[in-house]
Amino acid sequence: MSKVPADLKYTKSHEWIRSDADGVLTVGITDHAQEALGDIVFLELPETGRQVAAGDAVAVIESVKAASDIYAPVDGEIVDSNADAVDAPERVNADAYGNWLFKLRPADGASLDALLDAAGYEAEIAES
Amino acid sequence: MSKQTPLHRAHVDAGARMVDFAGWEMPVNYGSQIEEHHVVRRRAGMFDVSHMLALDLDGADARKFLRSVLANDVAKLTVAGKALYSCMLTPTGGVIDDLIVYHFADDRYRLVVNAGTADKDLAWLRERIDRDAAAVDLTPRRDLAMIAVQGPDARRLCWQAIPGSEEATGTLPPFHAVDCDGVLIARTGYTGEDGFELSVPADRAEDVWRSLLGAGVAPCGLGARDTLRLEAGMNLYGQDMDEDTSPLDAGLAWTIDFKDENRHFIGREPLEQAGARRRMLGLVLEDKGVLRAHMKVATEHGDGITTSGSFSPTLQQAIAFARLPLAVAPDERVTVDIRGRMAEARTVKLPFVRNGQCLI
Repeated sequence: MSKVPADLKYTKSHEWIRSDADGVLTVGITDHAQEALGDIVFLELPETGRQVAAGDAVAVIESVKAASDIYAPVDGEIVDSNADAVDAPERVNADAYGNWLFKLRPADGASLDALLDAAGYEAEIAES
Repeated sequence: MSKQTPLHRAHVDAGARMVDFAGWEMPVNYGSQIEEHHVVRRRAGMFDVSHMLALDLDGADARKFLRSVLANDVAKLTVAGKALYSCMLTPTGGVIDDLIVYHFADDRYRLVVNAGTADKDLAWLRERIDRDAAAVDLTPRRDLAMIAVQGPDARRLCWQAIPGSEEATGTLPPFHAVDCDGVLIARTGYTGEDGFELSVPADRAEDVWRSLLGAGVAPCGLGARDTLRLEAGMNLYGQDMDEDTSPLDAGLAWTIDFKDENRHFIGREPLEQAGARRRMLGLVLEDKGVLRAHMKVATEHGDGITTSGSFSPTLQQAIAFARLPLAVAPDERVTVDIRGRMAEARTVKLPFVRNGQCLI
């Protein structure tokens, strides 16, 4: 079974989101997603400073099998991306929650209400 | 509802991730596709290929019939057990399927065809047998399971696992097959490595699989099979060629035998008239990213298209097959459109890898 930590938020498109104390969101892909993708060999992450809207394709994950887009969970600005994961993409397979992809400062008024909690995400992947 | 092979339980026991492939529930990997790829290049891995169909052709007209429906010439097969790779063509010169034909006697052959084309092939062969009123009996062998054991240690580990197999196959040359106590052992494969493909009665398949496991052969899924064949420069039906593709444009000219001018095999005339219009070459990506099928390739001589592509675990960079203008030569710079990003690549002769060695 895929791991779904209780303290994170999720999207239907298989990103996980951690809300940090300063309001910045850390985003990665779920264990379920890395397992479905198979061996990850290449990551293309967004540049710092880029303004994004919820649902924008902001990053690309390439596994041996296929290319997949990663989406911004809310409106905001990219404030960091994980160069270590770009250098060694297989780390995301080994630990999807320990290897984040990018950080996003939500725009004023951006709401996290639409994101799923762990139970909601577990129900989502149980259906697929 | 997907069909299951006789090895289904063994895959589930080994923790396989199962996917639908051409109507069959097949293992795509047992954990890491890349590790499975490496184990075949470095030691030995095995693949369940029971979804492919063995078709026996028996009868006085078998040889004559195959000389007409296959583009390669079975007249080359004079030794019992000798195998040949061939395309089967439409009357307009497109590829119905690619297959291996084994010669047991001039009135006894076996074809091994792709899973996704098996029904179509069977219908086509039956139609041709009827039309020619050929004395040929066609028998699909769904009572057989097939296991491909591949890698530098593959033959040695098969000898350990299958009693009597070393005596039967110790001197068996590549592309030959021999019976060993009801198991047909062929020195063939789809990985660019040495090894055997075993045709086993379905009720013995799981025992043979578990003996091979016990000898240290690693189970490998269809994912690794695809990257291995890509590195080895071997075409995949439905991706690198199909009924709308001439084999001469898909890197398969070496399999089309025009030598006997009196052999009017199906598809011959259109191929001779059209000749080769495209050239198949390998691409190695020099930029970051991964090449996939159906990407546009810009060259100095016009545009082309990738037909298969992936990340090569052996070369640690992206590779592809590309169908290109005839004037393009190996070692030219080309540009590939990777979802809107223009990436630099270099053309190379196929294969990329053979017997564990990088050739580019």
